[in-house]
Amino acid sequence: MATPVLDKADAAGSPEPGAADSPYITVTFRIRRFNPEVSAEATWEDFQLEIDPKERVLDGLHKIKWDLDGTLTFRRSCAHGICGSDAMRINGKNRLACKTLIKDINPEKPITIEAIKGLTVLKDLVVDMEPFFQAYRDVMPFLITKDTNEPTRERLQSAEDRERFDDTTKCILCAACTSSCPVFWNDGQYFGPAAIVNAHRFIFDSRDEAGEQRLEILNDKDGVWRCRTTFNCTDACPRGIEVTKAIAEVKRALITRRY
Amino acid sequence: MKIHKYDTVIVGAGGAGMRAAIESTKRSRTAVLTKLYPTRSHTGAAQGGMAAALANVEEDNWEWHTFDTVKGGDYLVDQDAAEILAKEAIDSVLDLEKMGLPFNRTPNGTIDQRRFGGHSRNHGEAPVRRSCYAADRTGHMILQTLYQNCVKEGVEFFNEFYVLDQLITEVDGVKKSAGVVAYELATGEIHVFQAKSVIYASGGTGKFFKVTSNAHTLTGDGQAAVYRRGLPLEDMEFFQFHPTGIWRMGILLTEGARGEGGILRNKDGERFMEKYAPVMKDLASRDVVSRSIYTEIREGRGCGPEGDHVYLDLTHLPPEQLDAKLPDITEFARTYLGIEPYTDPIPIQPTAHYAMGGIPTNVEGEVLADNTTVVPGLYAAGEVACVSVHGANRLGTNSLLDINVFGKRAGIAAAEYAQTADFVELPENPESLVVEQIERLRSSTGSERVSEIRRELQETMDANVMVFRTEQTIKTAVEKIAELRGRYKNVAIQDKGKRFNTDLLEAVELGNLLDLAEVMAVSALARKESRGGHYREDYPNRDDVNFMRHTMAYREVGADGTETVRLDYKPVVQTRYQPMERKY
Repeated sequence: MATPVLDKADAAGSPEPGAADSPYITVTFRIRRFNPEVSAEATWEDFQLEIDPKERVLDGLHKIKWDLDGTLTFRRSCAHGICGSDAMRINGKNRLACKTLIKDINPEKPITIEAIKGLTVLKDLVVDMEPFFQAYRDVMPFLITKDTNEPTRERLQSAEDRERFDDTTKCILCAACTSSCPVFWNDGQYFGPAAIVNAHRFIFDSRDEAGEQRLEILNDKDGVWRCRTTFNCTDACPRGIEVTKAIAEVKRALITRRY
Repeated sequence: MKIHKYDTVIVGAGGAGMRAAIESTKRSRTAVLTKLYPTRSHTGAAQGGMAAALANVEEDNWEWHTFDTVKGGDYLVDQDAAEILAKEAIDSVLDLEKMGLPFNRTPNGTIDQRRFGGHSRNHGEAPVRRSCYAADRTGHMILQTLYQNCVKEGVEFFNEFYVLDQLITEVDGVKKSAGVVAYELATGEIHVFQAKSVIYASGGTGKFFKVTSNAHTLTGDGQAAVYRRGLPLEDMEFFQFHPTGIWRMGILLTEGARGEGGILRNKDGERFMEKYAPVMKDLASRDVVSRSIYTEIREGRGCGPEGDHVYLDLTHLPPEQLDAKLPDITEFARTYLGIEPYTDPIPIQPTAHYAMGGIPTNVEGEVLADNTTVVPGLYAAGEVACVSVHGANRLGTNSLLDINVFGKRAGIAAAEYAQTADFVELPENPESLVVEQIERLRSSTGSERVSEIRRELQETMDANVMVFRTEQTIKTAVEKIAELRGRYKNVAIQDKGKRFNTDLLEAVELGNLLDLAEVMAVSALARKESRGGHYREDYPNRDDVNFMRHTMAYREVGADGTETVRLDYKPVVQTRYQPMERKY
C-alpha cells in the first residue's frame, strides 16, 4: 500500500473572501421570482454573490436567503442529493441545486434559476407537487403478492433477479425527470417518467405479482405510449437512472407480455 | 384557525413515523403531520444497513447483538429495551422484506449481511456480518418501502404541516396529551389537531452543529415542543460524531465502507486504528474511532496543509466491489470533492450525526413525565426518543433498526390506546402560544438575524461540545448559548407573508435549536465522567459509582420569567450484563 499523497481536495482550503489567495469569485444568480401575495407577475431578479466555485448552487441560494433577501423561497433538506427536495431548472436544465457545483455551470455568465416546469408555481422555486405524487400513487407503487400464507422467512430472490430492477429503485421522487418532459409540459395528464420508473421497479421485481395490472394502467391513453423518447428525463435524473430505457422496457413488456 | 379530530396523530414521516402509521392506520383514524414531504425525511440518507442476527451468512444470535448494543452504549443502555431491540430485529427485517424492500441477496437468495462497527461474534471475539443492507442506500430503500406501504394502506398525510406545540390538559391531577398545534406552510394557517394519541417521530437535532451529516431540517422540533410544556429530555449530552464525514462538509460516508474493507490512514499512511482498537480496528465503535481520529490530528498526524483531517482509503478494494456495494458514497466523493475513490483516498473528519438522547419513553413508546409516570396518550419513537437502546453511544445499523422496532411498537400502542380512550378536552385557546410566537416573529422590528445567530451557535457547539469536552469548553458554550438566547428575542425576519414563509420557519427552528443546545450543554457540564460519546478530558474515566444513571432535564420558569434547565437522574435498567471495561 503506497502512502496516500496530498490529494486534490487539499487544495480546497478556503480562506475568507477578499484574501489574496481567495478562491471566491463573484457570480450572478438570475432567479425567477413569483409571489402572488405581492404580484401576479413573475419577474427575473439578479443577485451578486461571492462564492467558492466548489460550492453548490444550493449554497448560493442560502447565501441569498440568509444574507440578502429572506423572502427567497425554495425547498431543500438533505443538501447532498438524496432527499429530492431541491429539483430546479438551472441554466435551462433540470438539476438538484445541492448536487450542482458552481464551477460546473459556467459561472462567468449569470446563472439562471427557475422552478421546474409543468407543475404550478406557488412561490419562487416552490411548485405544487401534488399532481406528481398523484401519478406516482396511480401506478400502485407497492409490492403486491398473492400469497395466502405469509412466508415465515424472507422470500428468496436471486442476485440476478434483484439486479433486474436495481436501477429504478434509486428514484428519489424529485420530479426532475417528469418536469423535463415536453409531453408532460403540454399535457399534465400524462403519467410522466417518474411514475413509469416506479411502476417498472415493481413490474420487474420477481417477487411481485401485479405486473399485468400495472401494465394495463400504463397502457392507458395517458400512459407509456405518450413517451416520444426525447431522453430529457434520462439527462435530468440526478440519480443516473436510465429513465428512457426503463420506459422502453415497460413498452416492450406491454407488447410481449413478458417481464 | 381550523380544528381537526383524529384518533391518532403522528408527528413526522421518516422511518419511525411511517412505520408507526402503517400500524396505527389499520387500527385507528390516523393523520401524519410532516413539515416536509414524507420521502424527503432524513431516514433516506442512512446508508450502511440495519442490524439483525439473521445468521444468513455466519453464526449469530440476538443475545450477542444485545451484548454488543449494551457494550456499544457504554453500559448506559437500558438492557430490557436492548433485548427487545435485538430480538425483534429479526422480524423487523423480515417485515420490510415482505413489504418489498429490495435487500442485497446472498448466492442462496437470502438477505445478504455485512460487517459493521461494534457488532461482534460471541461478545467481542471478532467482527460479525449482521448488517442487512441494500448497497449503501439502505435508508433510502427503507424510506421508500415504508412510503409505498403507506400509500398501499391509504395513510392520510398532511404534508408541509409544521407542529409547533404540544397540547396538554390536566385531568384529575394527571397530565394527558390533548393534541398538537401545527402551522401550514403553504398558507400560514394554524391548525389544531385534537387526538387521543400523539406520536412524535420527528427525528434529530444535529443542526446545532456546523459540521454535521444532518439535513437542514433536523432542528429538534419534537423535543423542543414537549420540553417547553414541562416534560423532560433524557441524556441530551450524548451526541454521536460519526467518524467519516466528508471533510468540512460533513456529508456521511457509511461505516459500511470500512465494513467492506476500507481503512483509515493518517498523513504517514499508517493504519492508526490498530493502535487504539487491536481487535476491531477500523470497526471499533464510532465514539472510539472519532476520538482516535482527533487524537491523530491533535498529535500532528492529520492530513492536508492544515493537518485537519485523515483519509478513508478504499483504493485497495476492487472497483467492481465499490460499484456494487458503495455506489452512492463513491459518487459523493466524485461530486463534492472531485476525487476518484478507485485511486485516491478520501479526506474525512468526524461529523455530528445522531442524538442518543431525546424524549424519554418506556419500551411501548409511552412518553414519561418523570422517571416513572407515563403521559397518557403521548408516544415517541426513533431519534426523537430515548428508550434507551443506544445509551451513551449508538452502534451503526441500530438506528434503522430502532425506527422499525419502536416505530411499530409505538404505532400499535398508540392506536390501541386510542381505541379505548376518550378525547381529552382541549385547553382554552389551544392555538394561543403558537399564534403569539408566529406574530412576534412576523412583526418583530429587531436587529438580530437568524442566520447570524445560527452560525454563532453552530461554531460554538463545534468548538466546545464536540468529540472532546472540558469544564472550561462546556462553560464557554453555556455562556455563549445564553447570550444567543438573549439576542434571539430581538430577531427579525424579512418575509412577512403567509405563503410558504420559510424565513419564518427558519426562525422558529433556530429557537428550537437554541433551547436544545442549552439542555445539551447543561447536561454535559454536570456529567463529570467520560462515557461513550461524552468525553471529558478533565474526567477521562467512566464513573459507574456516580454516573451510571440517565440525565433527565426539565425546563424551569422562575417567578420573574427566567428559564433554567433543572437536572434530575434516572436509574439505568440492568439485567444480565455487568459493566466491564470497554475495549475493542
